Amino acid sequence: MIPRRRLHVDRIRCDGYGMCAELLPELIDLDDWGYPILRADVVPREFEGLARKAVEVCPVLALRLTAEPRRTPTPIARPAPASRSGS
Amino acid sequence: MAARILAGPPLDAGPESLRDHLARLGPRPNARAAIKELEASGLLGRGGAGFPAGTKWRTVAARGGGDARVLANGAEGEPLSAKDRALMTLRPHLVLDGALLAASAVGAAEVVLYVGAEHRHARSALSRAIGERAATRGGLPVPVTIVDAPTAYVAGEETAAVHFVNDRDARPTAVPPRPFEAGVDGRPTLVQNVETLACAALVARRGAAWYRERGSGTTPGTTLITVTGGSSPGVREIDLGTTVADVAGMAGARLAETSAVLLGGYFGGWAPAADAWEIALDPAALRERGRTLGAGVIAFLPAGQCGVRATARIIAYMAAQSAAQCGPCVFGLRAIGDTLERIAVGTGRSGDLARLDRWGRQLPGRGACRHPDGAAGHLASALDAFGEEFRLHAATGRCSAGAAGRAA
Repeated sequence: MIPRRRLHVDRIRCDGYGMCAELLPELIDLDDWGYPILRADVVPREFEGLARKAVEVCPVLALRLTAEPRRTPTPIARPAPASRSGS
Repeated sequence: MAARILAGPPLDAGPESLRDHLARLGPRPNARAAIKELEASGLLGRGGAGFPAGTKWRTVAARGGGDARVLANGAEGEPLSAKDRALMTLRPHLVLDGALLAASAVGAAEVVLYVGAEHRHARSALSRAIGERAATRGGLPVPVTIVDAPTAYVAGEETAAVHFVNDRDARPTAVPPRPFEAGVDGRPTLVQNVETLACAALVARRGAAWYRERGSGTTPGTTLITVTGGSSPGVREIDLGTTVADVAGMAGARLAETSAVLLGGYFGGWAPAADAWEIALDPAALRERGRTLGAGVIAFLPAGQCGVRATARIIAYMAAQSAAQCGPCVFGLRAIGDTLERIAVGTGRSGDLARLDRWGRQLPGRGACRHPDGAAGHLASALDAFGEEFRLHAATGRCSAGAAGRAA
């Protein structure tokens, strides 16, 4: 089975151009300052073409489409409560 | 109950010497079965994330090919925490034991002690301890270097620590790669909090079964905590699973005189005192309830102090401490901080509370590191724990704590 694609935003690179959300409003919202919010990072098959396009047009190359499953193990806590340092 | 991590000479006697350390605990433990014992012990990391130490060691050992690195994290950026610097200052050889044990167990060619530049006593104790070891017949098995961590909240975040050791830049980096994949010198790196290393040194000596004799909840062992508020605050060692009420008893904080408790520090969250009192300080159980012990901070907010104002102050600090790399953190935390400040001083605008709630929900997972997640969790807990007070502030501009509770 072909693995599903995941969208990944490099938050350090991202400058909030918002072109990804323009192309993929079904998957990407923008916050009040124009930075993307992924509704889900797994891309449904019917949106893979548009997702590729979004990756190509990002002016700062902050968007990536990966085929890998989520990496494990990741020494981090769940989103909330959060954690900050090497445990 | 007897101390384990801080066992030994009286705490006011200063750093334990190598001679005293050896007389008390014997030589550095053998690393051969260390990872297996560590996994069996159930030891969780003490830097805040609570990740199983054994799993981390095994991962680095498997990837390191005998040329891994160990970064002992002693950059205690959490403003309310003091336990790591106390440990490094008082038991430097136990920390060194753990770091050298880790180096041997994961196959590391070098140990970096990453110590907050402002932790001067800790630094000098460790520096002296390294000298004592180097002067012994066997010397140090691998080079041990102290790197002074800059004084910044995010400098202790694990990718920031690695970044600083490599490039003198203490800002978090995008992941992957995580440090266990590519860390110091680009090599797989075990980044481990100094208290976790000290515990690992004890587990290696005494065994997993011994370690699991302590702790009353689902997470075994003892832990260091820092208590603020109450008549006798300070660093203490407790069994995991101890209740907040018991900690309050040790610290001289009374329920009737406490309005709320901050568990886990700035990265943690608030609970109304009456709810908090029966909470067991057990990382696994806390996580189930959406709470965290974080790096072991328990802060008692005295009755009469305004929780809204306390929250505004903390979030303003976290906003200022953003590494300023990621938009959602830079703009989101600033906006949340400004809005909280308005509400705290009684000049809130219509819709402020709804905006805070929405911004807070949008933040998690949207930074390179978890700084925004921490702030969002703190905010959410405050809106919950101080809900009445927030609504009073927002609706009337008044504070039930009176003038004393108003922000300057």
